[in-house]
Amino acid sequence: MKLSLSRVVQGCRLGTLSNLGKKGDRCMEFPGCLLYTRTGSAPHLTHDTLQVISGVPAMTQLTLSSLAEHYEILEEYKEGIGKFIGMPESVFYCSLHDPVNPCPAGFVTNKSVSVWGVGGRLEMTVAKFMAIQQALQPDWLQCLSDGEALCADASSSKRAKKSVDRTLAFLDECLKLQEQSEVLRSCVMIGVIEGGDILEERLRSARETAKRPVGGFLLDGFHGDAMTKETRLRLISSVTAELPENKPRLICGIGQPDEVLECIEAGVDLFESFFPYQATERGCALTFSFDYEPNPEDMVLQQNGQKEGEENGEHIDKIITTKCVPETSFEINLKEKMYRDDFGPLVGGCSCYCCKNHSRAYVHHLLVTNELLAGVLLMMHNFQHYFGFFHAIREALRKDRLGQLKELIYRQAC
Amino acid sequence: TAVAASTTSLGTRAPAALTLRVVAECSRSKARACELRLPHGTVATPVFMPVGTQGTMKGVTAAQLDNLGCRICLGNTYHLGMRPDSGGFQMVSLLALSEVTEEGVRFRSPYDGAEILLSPEKSVEIQNALGSDIMMQLDDVVSSTLTGSRVEEAMHRSIRWLDRCILANQRPDQQNLFAIIQGGLDPALRRKCLEEMTKRNVPGFAIGGLSGGESKEQFWKMVTLSTDQLPREKPRYLMGVGYATDLVVCVALGCDMFDCVFPTRTARFGSALVPTGNLQLKKKQFAKDFRPIDEACTCPTCQRHTRAFLHVLLHSNNTAALHHVTVHNIAYQLQLMNAIRTSIVEHRFPEFVQNFIKTMYGEVGHCPTWAVEALQSVGISLS
Repeated sequence: MKLSLSRVVQGCRLGTLSNLGKKGDRCMEFPGCLLYTRTGSAPHLTHDTLQVISGVPAMTQLTLSSLAEHYEILEEYKEGIGKFIGMPESVFYCSLHDPVNPCPAGFVTNKSVSVWGVGGRLEMTVAKFMAIQQALQPDWLQCLSDGEALCADASSSKRAKKSVDRTLAFLDECLKLQEQSEVLRSCVMIGVIEGGDILEERLRSARETAKRPVGGFLLDGFHGDAMTKETRLRLISSVTAELPENKPRLICGIGQPDEVLECIEAGVDLFESFFPYQATERGCALTFSFDYEPNPEDMVLQQNGQKEGEENGEHIDKIITTKCVPETSFEINLKEKMYRDDFGPLVGGCSCYCCKNHSRAYVHHLLVTNELLAGVLLMMHNFQHYFGFFHAIREALRKDRLGQLKELIYRQAC
Repeated sequence: TAVAASTTSLGTRAPAALTLRVVAECSRSKARACELRLPHGTVATPVFMPVGTQGTMKGVTAAQLDNLGCRICLGNTYHLGMRPDSGGFQMVSLLALSEVTEEGVRFRSPYDGAEILLSPEKSVEIQNALGSDIMMQLDDVVSSTLTGSRVEEAMHRSIRWLDRCILANQRPDQQNLFAIIQGGLDPALRRKCLEEMTKRNVPGFAIGGLSGGESKEQFWKMVTLSTDQLPREKPRYLMGVGYATDLVVCVALGCDMFDCVFPTRTARFGSALVPTGNLQLKKKQFAKDFRPIDEACTCPTCQRHTRAFLHVLLHSNNTAALHHVTVHNIAYQLQLMNAIRTSIVEHRFPEFVQNFIKTMYGEVGHCPTWAVEALQSVGISLS
């Protein structure tokens, strides 16, 4: 695996990762995101519907929490998770947890970490963890780690220190086992940076992890409300400053467009794509603009879309179901009555399957009638929109337009 | 040779939005292979039409359906055209609150007492707006297990409603209104209905009122009685029939078109259709089965996925699992109809039936009696 940095703009790294995958022939640009999956499949999507989406990332995120309990099956299957799930062409990163479904805290010990699958809690010692990875054979894997520094009500520097100590111990043990396995030697170990909200611990974690032969770094524990935005960004910047330039930096649990940009500025390269999935689950379509150089026609189209929303927003909702409020300002809620006879696409100018073939009214109908297709169409749009956003980030960095993109995104953040 | 539709006994030629060409006929049974030309395209029959009640084939996109070779499917007038404004109110629940009068079917909303009348005229108006190639008359349909005067009343009313629908159709040159033969399980009533409805100038006929709770023995007798009296040059659509054996038998009895929610519904329970029956993929026995659902199936699911993976996915909450099985089950139905059709065209339908039964039931002895008798009645013996 090789990382080529083409430029750094205001702290943002732009580059390419090449020689990825078992054959070493895949590559991926960053800043970028990974394809989010649940139990080895993009949510709602079969291969055919996934194929139709533009800009699907070369790397797919698998979660150990959804797959660990099946490792006996995979052991017998022998050919690895990629082939098992019907995605032999993809490159895989296996994370410990699912960013959407947080695990109950309190089950990390010095010897083990637990994940929760369909069948309940699965406790993994280092040996078990590596045995499972041996059956999965991902390309990159998040090392076993203690991510619970901030889970208790009061953040304690003791707990933060423990998270760093444990995670480093797990790392060293895993690296040892990796050495002994031919299969695992072809996997890239991703070291995990812990330390809660304690700067000292974060720095220690970063420096120590960087000393080990890991292929990349995961910045863990920065999601949720455990720390303020300022603290988070300060810590992330401090951490990335300690990390080698030539290895990728991943972050988990961060998906909102404004937060993504902030993290990129703080030195992060790769993100997850669970955010479009969450929007889908609440019946929402991502509509935020990342077109920082719109042509005048498109501006009018977008403005019209917004205007309609403002007019009808005053209507008293006659639907007896509870009024649905969009979670973020980056999306529209298609369940709202105003979309019942809106025959425009989800987003004007979007070339996704849903926007090219269907209308807001149709998706509204599907949501109101509880039809499965709603999830399929929304997921197709939301993924394409989100991948398009990352493409725009890379373009903006290439063309020195980051400031304009930032301004556009922050304007849409609430 | 092409056969123009709609020359009636009354001598007038109505505008034709449908042409049926009989391509081949089984020399023994009543099976035929046809080409049905409709405004939006041509459909080869016998055909199975997947059901997309609410304007969607569950989790399958129109593009996926197209790629499976599906050329015709069903939508439901009432679900698409009559949804009341009080959201969340499912149409199905309205049937329990409905009242049939000569005017039409009257629904009363339990939320606000508002009444909706679905009359023959309204039904046709909605279908004209939907623009479907084929539209169905509003029929007064009663449960097939019902006996007594209500069945006769419903049969006669269906004839009257047919006439009202014919009059109301604003687009006979673009949309084909099918009659629906009623009469329950009473041969005399069926015959009467057939006699009357075939006098009307409609481009096609559906056999309705079956596929309820009636016995299979009664069922097949009504089907064959109906096809005996329906014109050769018009399509025969048997409503609500979808199990593989039923399809094969009813093709032998002379039916051309079929619809059923079964394949798509059972898919969402993790049940995959195969030539030997079905696989309940959620069951433990498939946990380490690394074969596709069906080695001979060409559908996208079977091309890429194993039973073991589907088993895992079906136990997750990722709806993709349901879509994989839905795609397969639709493909199964379409491939079955294709195989049936090819065997008719190649003059080996009886042999096809024999092989089908053997594969499905192991031995002839396990084949249900009703199917043996039905096939026997049209000259196909299974021993």
